Amino acid sequence: MTASGKQQWEAVIGLEIHVQLKTDSKLFSGSATAYGAEPNSQVSWLDAALPGTLPVVNEQAIRYAVRFGLAVDARINRETVFARKNYFYPDLPKGYQISQMDRPIVEGGHIMISLPDGSQKRIGLTRAHLEEDAGKSIHDIYPQYSAIDLNRAGTPLIEVVSEPDMRSAAEAVAYMRQVYTLVTHLGICDGNLQEGSFRCDANVSVRPAGSQTLGTRTELKNINSFRFVERAIKHEIARQIRVLEAGGRIVQETRLYDADKDETRAMRSKEAANDYRYFPDPDLLPVHVSAALIDAEKAQLPELPQEKINRYTQSWGLKSAEARILAEDAAASAVFESCVAAMQHPQPVLAARWLLGEVSALLNRDGLDWPALPVAPVRLAGLLDAVASDTISHKTGKTVLEKMWDHADVTAAEIIEREGLAQMSDSQALAELVDKVLADNPKQVADYRSGNDKLFNFFVGQVMKATRGTAHPAELKTLLEDKLNT
Amino acid sequence: MTAPWHQGLKTLSGQLRRGELSVAELVAESRQAVQKVAHLNALISRADDEAVEHQVNLAQQALDKGTAGVLTGVPLVHKDIFSTRGLRTTCASRMLADYVPPFDATVVARLKTAGMVTLGKANMDEFAMGSSNESSYFGPVKNPWDNQRVPGGSSGGSAALVAAGVVPVATGSDTGGSIRQPAALCGVTGIKPTYGRASRYGMIAFASSLDQAGVFARQAEDCALVLSAMCGHDPLDSTSDASGPVDYSAALNDSLTGLRVGILPQWLANTEAGVAAALEAVQQQLQKLGAEIQEVTLPTADLAIAAYYILAPAEASANLARFDGVRYGHRCQQPENLDDLYCRSRSEGFGEEVKRRILVGTWALSAGYYQAYYHRAQQVRRLIAEDFARVFQSVDLLLAPVTPETAFRLGEKADPVSLYQADVFTIPASLAGLPGLSMPAGFSQGLPVGAQLIGPHFSEARLLNVAHQFQQHSDYHQQLPEARQ
Repeated sequence: MTASGKQQWEAVIGLEIHVQLKTDSKLFSGSATAYGAEPNSQVSWLDAALPGTLPVVNEQAIRYAVRFGLAVDARINRETVFARKNYFYPDLPKGYQISQMDRPIVEGGHIMISLPDGSQKRIGLTRAHLEEDAGKSIHDIYPQYSAIDLNRAGTPLIEVVSEPDMRSAAEAVAYMRQVYTLVTHLGICDGNLQEGSFRCDANVSVRPAGSQTLGTRTELKNINSFRFVERAIKHEIARQIRVLEAGGRIVQETRLYDADKDETRAMRSKEAANDYRYFPDPDLLPVHVSAALIDAEKAQLPELPQEKINRYTQSWGLKSAEARILAEDAAASAVFESCVAAMQHPQPVLAARWLLGEVSALLNRDGLDWPALPVAPVRLAGLLDAVASDTISHKTGKTVLEKMWDHADVTAAEIIEREGLAQMSDSQALAELVDKVLADNPKQVADYRSGNDKLFNFFVGQVMKATRGTAHPAELKTLLEDKLNT
Repeated sequence: MTAPWHQGLKTLSGQLRRGELSVAELVAESRQAVQKVAHLNALISRADDEAVEHQVNLAQQALDKGTAGVLTGVPLVHKDIFSTRGLRTTCASRMLADYVPPFDATVVARLKTAGMVTLGKANMDEFAMGSSNESSYFGPVKNPWDNQRVPGGSSGGSAALVAAGVVPVATGSDTGGSIRQPAALCGVTGIKPTYGRASRYGMIAFASSLDQAGVFARQAEDCALVLSAMCGHDPLDSTSDASGPVDYSAALNDSLTGLRVGILPQWLANTEAGVAAALEAVQQQLQKLGAEIQEVTLPTADLAIAAYYILAPAEASANLARFDGVRYGHRCQQPENLDDLYCRSRSEGFGEEVKRRILVGTWALSAGYYQAYYHRAQQVRRLIAEDFARVFQSVDLLLAPVTPETAFRLGEKADPVSLYQADVFTIPASLAGLPGLSMPAGFSQGLPVGAQLIGPHFSEARLLNVAHQFQQHSDYHQQLPEARQ
C-alpha cells in the first residue's frame, strides 16, 4: 500500500512474461534459433512466408510448454488450438502471428513468492500459451531504409500471464525472479536477459485502499531486467497516483519505460490499438497433447526449486536461507549436489557453508559465475573430506582451495601431501615435539607452573610454529595439559 | 486425328513402353497442340525448352531402362496456384506476376517423381477466387466449346486445355467447386479428393480449411492414375491425412450392383431443363448397371453459400496478408512511408474480386462481428457436415448436378452474388470436406453438362469406380469441341 497525502492507494499488478524456449529449431519450421547469427541466415521459406508454405508444430516446444504447466501445477489442455493474430508489420512476414487464444496449452497454476518478512505469497497464473516471435526491424543502419532481420521470426515463446495478484513493485520483481528461476531450472529457457530470452510486460493500475474494483490499467512494454521492472513499476504507480490525486483520470494505454530518463511515457492509446481478429489457424488442426507425452514430461520433471529447498532443509539440515540461495541457482545447486555426492562421508552442511563462504568469495573476487567454477565439484569434495576428517584445519583448507583454484587438476590430497599440510596425527611424534618445546623453554614452564596460565597459549604457538600449523589443536591441548600439569 | 492420349493413359503408356512413340514426340505434339489453342488464353506461363527437355530425357531414360511407371513421360500442365521451382507462379495475380518459387509444391514434386513432364502453368481466377476465370490478371480463359463463353473457374485454364484435347492431364484446386464446376462446363472429368488427402504444401492458399488439390483428365481411369501418384500423407502439411498412398485404379471395375445412389430432387428442381435431363439419363444408366436410386434431402445445404462466403474470405484475409510488398511480389513505386507501401502495393497488386473478399473476410473477423458471422458460419458448416453424414447412412454416394446451368457468356454475371450462385451445388461438399467428382453427362444446346458424384470421406475409389463404369457405357468424355463445330 502506498501512502500519499491523506488517501491510501493500493497498486494492482499483473505480468506477462515472454519466455523464449530453448528448442533446437523454430516453432513451425526447421530453422535454427541460435542468437547472433548473420542477419537472415536462419530463415526458411516458411519464415519468409513464401506463398504455399505451411507450419508444422515443433514437438519439443509442446513438451517444454507442458513441462512448464506441470511445474506450476496448471491444467494442460489436451486439445490445444493455435490462432492467427492479424496485424501488419514488416518484421511479421505472414501478416499474422501464430499464437493461441482459446484453449491455450496451459491454463491456471500458480507460483509461490517469498516476501521480505519471510512469508510466502501465492501468485495465480491465468495461462501460458505458445506463440512465435517476430523478426527484428533495424532503423539505424541505412538512412533511407529500414532493415529487417528474420532470424528471430518464428522462435518459440511461451507467454506466461499472471493474475493481477501483485501489490507492489517488489512483489512483481520477486515473481519475475521466481518464474526466471523456474524456467531456467526446467531447462526450457537459456535465461539470457541481454539476448531477450526473458522479457516482461507489466499491467499496472492503482485503486483506493480497500476498494474491490480495479482501476484503469496501463501496460508497460518490454522491460528486460529485474532492476528495470522494479523501477518502471514504481514510477508508473507514482505517476498514476499523481494523476488521480490531481483529479485526473488514467487513460488505458501502452507505455514505454525509458531507462535513461527513468520515466514511463505513452506509446499508443487503446483507441489506436489493433483489432487483431484472432481466429483458429486452419493450417494447424487442434494439437492433441497425448497422455504419453504428459506422463513422460512428468517423469522427467526435474526437482523444482521449492522441493529442493525442502529437501536441503529437512533432510540435509541446511538453514533455509542457505538452502534458498543454493536451490534457486541451477548451477550452484548442481555443484552443491555433485560435491556432496562425491564426498567420502557426505556432510551437506559443511559443503553448503564452504560453497556459500570461501568458494563464493573467490568467485566474486574473480567475477565468475557458478558455471565457470575453476574447481570441479569432485575436487572440492576431496578438500571438504580433508576438512571433515580433521586432516587439515578450516584455515589450512582455505589455503589449499586457493592453490586448487589456480592449478587445475591438482587434488587437495596432492597439495596437502606435497606441502606437508596434514595435521599431525602421530601422537608419538607430537609428544616428542611437545617435550622438546618444554625442554627448550624451562623458564616459561616454571612460570606457568607457578600460576601464569596465560603462558599455555605460548606453548601452543611454539608447537604450531614447529609443525607449521599441522598439529591437531585438541590433541595438542590434551598433551600440553598432561605434561605441564604433572 | 485425335491425340495419342485420347484413348487414355494406359494405352498411351503402352505405346511409350513399346517404343511406338518417344517421350520427345509425345511432348512435342502436346506443346504444339497447346500453341494452336493460344486463343483460349488458357496458359499463363510455358515451361522453357531446356526444362522440358531435361524432364523428357529423364522420362525416356526410365522407359529405356524399364523403370518407368504408367505416368512416365506423360505431359501435363499445373494450375498456376502450385509452386513450381524455377517456373513463374503467379496465381493469376499482378501481385505475383514476377514471382519464381524456389521450391516445388508437394503435388508437383510427386508428379515429377512419377515421371510426368510439366509443360506450363494454367490460367485461373486470381488467387482461385471466382467461378468463371474472368478475375485473372492475365485475362479470361475461353471455353473451347464456345469461345464467347466462360470455362468456369477457378481452374478454368486446366479444364479448357484438357477439354480442347491438347494435354492429357491438368492439376487443379477446389475450394468451393473450382475443379468440379469448370470440369462440368468444359466437359471433362475432374475430381477433388477428401480434404487432407492431397498435400497443400506449396499450393498458394486461398481458404486453408477448404483448399484441396485435384486433377482433370478426359476419363475417370486417367484421374485415378494421377490421383494415386499425388495423394498420401505429407509431413509438411499438418492438415494432411495420416494415411499413405492409395491405388485408386484397383476398384475401377467393381460392379455397381446394389450400389445405393442418393438423388436430390430439390437440387434438380433448381437446374435448367437440359441439365436436369442429362442427370436423369445418368441416373437411368446407373440403374441399368445395377444401382438403386433413393431420393434424399440435405436441408441445411441451402445455407452453404452464405456460410462459405464468410469462412473462405475470413481465411483469405489472413492468408493474403503476406502479400505486402516487403519481401517479394508487387511493390508500388516510391512509397512515402510504410502505410503508403502497404496500401498502394496491395491496391495495385490485387484485383477487384480479391479485394472484395479480403474486405469481407476482415470485416467478418472484426471485434464485435466474429460471433455473429465467423462463429455462426462454423456452426452452419458443422450442420451441413452432419446432414451429409446422415444421408450417407442410407446411401453410398450422391448423384447431383454440378451447376444449375451450362457455361454462361463472358461478362454475363457481372454481379458478384449471381456469380457466387454458380457454386451452389459444389460448395456443400467442400464445407463438409467430402470428395466430389464431376463427369461429362451429355450436352445441352451444344454445351457440356456435368454430373457430380459426392461420397463420404475417403470414398474417392468408389466415385472413380462409378464414373469409370458410366464411361464404359457413354462417350461424352471422348468428344472434342472441334468435332462438334
